[in-house]
Amino acid sequence: MQRPEAWPRPHPGEGAAAAPAGGPAPPARGREPAGLRLQEPSLYTIKAVFILDNDGHRLLAKYYDDTFPSMKEQMAFEKNVFNKTSRTDSEIAFFGGMTIVYKSSIDLFLYVVGSSYENELMLMSVLTCLFESLNHVLRKNVEKRWLLENMDGAFLVLDEIVDGGFFSLPRNKLNGRY
Amino acid sequence: MLKKFDKKDEESGGGSNPFQHLEKSAVLQEARVFNETPINPRKCAHILTKILYLINQGEHLGTTEATEAFFAMTKLFQSNDPTLRRMCYLTIKEMSCIAEDVIIVTSSLTKDMTGKEDSYRGPAVRALCQITDSTMLQAIERYMKQAIVDKVPSVSSSALVSSLHLLKCSFDVVKRWVNEAQEAASSDNIMVQYHALGLLYHVRKNDRLAVSKMISKFTRHGLKSPFAYCMMIRVASRQLEEEDGSRDSPLFDFIESCLRNKHEMVVYEAASAIVNLPGCSAKELAPAVSVLQLFCSSPKAALRYAAVRTLNKVAMKHPSAVTACNLDLENLVTDSNRSIATLAITTLLKTGSEGSIDRLMKQISSFMSEISDEFKVVVVQAISALCQKYPRKHAVLMSFLFSMLREEGGFEYKRAIVDCIISIIEENSESKETGLSHLCEFIEDCEFTVLATRILHLLGQEGPKTNNPSKYIRFIYNRVVLEHEEVRAGAVSALAKFGAQNEEMLPSILVLLKRRTLCSGHRCVMDDDNEVRDRATFYLSVLEQKQKALNAGYILNGLTVSIPGLERALQQYTLEPSEKPFDLKSVPLATTPMAEQRTESTPITAAKQPEKVAATRQEIFQEQLAAVPEFQGLGPLFKSSPEPVALTESETEYVIRCTKHTFPEHMVFQFDCTNTLNDQTLENVTVQMEPTEAYEVLCYVPARSLPYNQPGTCYTLVALPKEDPTAVGCTFSCMMKFTVKDCDPTTGETDDEGYEDEYVLEDLEVTIADHIQKVMKLNFEAAWDEVGDEFEKEETFTLSTIKTLEEAVGNIVKFLGMHPCERSDRVPDNKNTHTLLLAGVFRGGHDILVRSRLLLLDTVTMQVTARSSEELPVDIVLASVG
Repeated sequence: MQRPEAWPRPHPGEGAAAAPAGGPAPPARGREPAGLRLQEPSLYTIKAVFILDNDGHRLLAKYYDDTFPSMKEQMAFEKNVFNKTSRTDSEIAFFGGMTIVYKSSIDLFLYVVGSSYENELMLMSVLTCLFESLNHVLRKNVEKRWLLENMDGAFLVLDEIVDGGFFSLPRNKLNGRY
Repeated sequence: MLKKFDKKDEESGGGSNPFQHLEKSAVLQEARVFNETPINPRKCAHILTKILYLINQGEHLGTTEATEAFFAMTKLFQSNDPTLRRMCYLTIKEMSCIAEDVIIVTSSLTKDMTGKEDSYRGPAVRALCQITDSTMLQAIERYMKQAIVDKVPSVSSSALVSSLHLLKCSFDVVKRWVNEAQEAASSDNIMVQYHALGLLYHVRKNDRLAVSKMISKFTRHGLKSPFAYCMMIRVASRQLEEEDGSRDSPLFDFIESCLRNKHEMVVYEAASAIVNLPGCSAKELAPAVSVLQLFCSSPKAALRYAAVRTLNKVAMKHPSAVTACNLDLENLVTDSNRSIATLAITTLLKTGSEGSIDRLMKQISSFMSEISDEFKVVVVQAISALCQKYPRKHAVLMSFLFSMLREEGGFEYKRAIVDCIISIIEENSESKETGLSHLCEFIEDCEFTVLATRILHLLGQEGPKTNNPSKYIRFIYNRVVLEHEEVRAGAVSALAKFGAQNEEMLPSILVLLKRRTLCSGHRCVMDDDNEVRDRATFYLSVLEQKQKALNAGYILNGLTVSIPGLERALQQYTLEPSEKPFDLKSVPLATTPMAEQRTESTPITAAKQPEKVAATRQEIFQEQLAAVPEFQGLGPLFKSSPEPVALTESETEYVIRCTKHTFPEHMVFQFDCTNTLNDQTLENVTVQMEPTEAYEVLCYVPARSLPYNQPGTCYTLVALPKEDPTAVGCTFSCMMKFTVKDCDPTTGETDDEGYEDEYVLEDLEVTIADHIQKVMKLNFEAAWDEVGDEFEKEETFTLSTIKTLEEAVGNIVKFLGMHPCERSDRVPDNKNTHTLLLAGVFRGGHDILVRSRLLLLDTVTMQVTARSSEELPVDIVLASVG
């Protein structure tokens, strides 16, 4: 039931150009079948974060690895996830070999996606952090209209929380000027 | 600091999306505003947001337009508006891989990164590292080092995270920052500590000693950050795994101590690490299981999910360890999160008692439609495991499986169900009829070709043996009429199998098949696909002969040769035209098909893999042997022993392993030798063999040179006994002979002078199994009749040392090296008689079939009947059993 999805992948920003000369040889990549053994300890925690409206349309989305390389695949994935999750009131799901934690707020759906090997609670803390920061930026009005009117703030929040798949947390959310 | 956008948007759309009708060209046009002075920060920030929004929605920006907008944006650095500035950083990151010459902002970013405004510095570092390549990195190295140890956590974290990204392309530069990272790792800020440890680990991960030191250092002092703990637990468990290790190492103690951490995240990470350690004992699991048990009643869904998912994993290997949690799991069965409920139920199915099955199945069927396919597969796997455990529950489980089969679902899910049903049918003859008729119904409306053909194959195999075979014909013939080529072909084959086994139905089958072939008569429905037509024509002409032997050979039991082997042999034959007809016996046989040994949870694809490898293994040997001039003219390779036999202990000076290759009248022993002494080189290595029976050693092919640790191969060729061909079993005493030359371990220089030496190896056994290749006969009885009783012999033996039927069956199968057919290697419980059916091909290509009737009183009495198309194999089998 699990896809071998354990290896960190370069996030799109660095592209395929990251072919290091004398760089760190990814240890034992070929030696072991991922999935049978533990994954390489890595800070690449998050595969994707996206916010959808209550029709399942994308308002904001960032993908941090190439699980879904094209926009078409991303959109299809979001649609599937939305269909599976929007009607139930639970906060975690397993879908397509990935763990998805989510939260709805009025007419918004917030999603954080990680590999099935990822600590679910860590993904949860990313989601909580995202929600709380948005709550702060949008003055407790986490809903579509306010989000759209403060899209710049939302972009900045997400950029602070997740940097290329690493959870990097907004530290100064109280003095922060998003 | 909420802002209102243009009033227009507000009025026109109400709550609708102000970005909905953005046009890329219009937005880029707007970007010209950037060049105006004075800069209007709010307007410009909004335009940047629009650009980012467009990119976010998947709009594609061309290099030229992106570069243009990027350059315009650089003007905005003149403004000191914080929001605008930070939108600029974001735009830089977003465009770094689309626009050209993005490095022109380097100096602006460097300035911000070292400037006074703290809220600029972190994002500036990250934007800078995104546009920097390894050649430019040196120039900013100094700033990066400073940033890593900066007292403002956001700056330090940003620098560390960026360093981690940079590791991929500039490892050598980044690794010089270890001291700074080390300092940051003692930070009080939880994120800084986490990122610093991450960086330290990734720089050092190829140096196991350094990693160990790092773990012990940081675990001794304790960590502030729960994230850092999680990271360290992963590092520690990986390290443990690589040590293949003993559980009393400090690493394991560390992981276990984390079970008492105050953060749930850390506790869970530790528990899951312990569960995932390979070969963990029930005792080691216990503390992890008990924290997971506590989590089961957490109010947080994510925690419950995590706990039950991990418990489910434990239950696969150690169901008894999870039994203690059964009560907690019961409570989760009604959880509103269906994923949690499903996992709880499947775990309970693994750990619970037989009595609870009905209730759980009822429970789960109430929400089956709400869960994702992946979880449905988990459920099917759990059911499949149950079927093996509680055969009496077949009826309940079957009806559940069929209701699932009727519902919507993807291929993987449907395949899991079909696999499961087929394995039930194979195992339990009572459920066969209901199972088959349900499957018939399923193929009436089945969109998956693979599944349809599989089921048709199964119908062809099992249907004719049922009480009322004619009822399946309608289903199969419907496929012939309605489906596309592949399924039609499968259906035609299935029909032929019915015709071959049932004389009453034969005339109607012939009529059905005729409709698929060339026009004959006025009602012709000639099939337009070649394969289907060919199959129908072929089966038709075989069936019309009305000869059992032909039916058995060409319809019921198919080819036993290896398909790639056949392809090559045929190609060879067409290249060298000869008078002789092509001899099928010269084609290597397929190594035992794996399909029957399918295990319950492995998907078919995984099971197919070894078959392929095994098939090529023999081909590799064949090529290697064909390259040795001494072995010309031995004929085709008949069989290679599946596992090499070790002739030395594993820790000795020389390691020798032998593979036996059987040819029609010869055997070749292949010795794979490794010299483990680094101060010696061996030359001219041969293995001298002394047979006890009438085998004759013909020649030795030496390994010319055997330097330290480089494997080499030598061969010994023997002729099979001619005078007494039944004496195939033989023991060879082996002695390795060689010339030793001393050499310098460091330089590898070898002395010119050498001396002769020899080394005694363990004896090598050749048994009857080396002369027989396993083949599977799907229909043993047909094959038995096909071979006929011309060379049948029968004898009775007493196996005085064997006390159970299972043991007897196991021994016979192993001894003869033949393939047990029709699952006759499984002895039903509580019976004292059993019939074992074995099939094989004897060296030279003659089928050999053995029927062995076993009777258990105090000891096992065995009546062996052997049939073959030649006399010799029968004699050999009986002689060797006795």
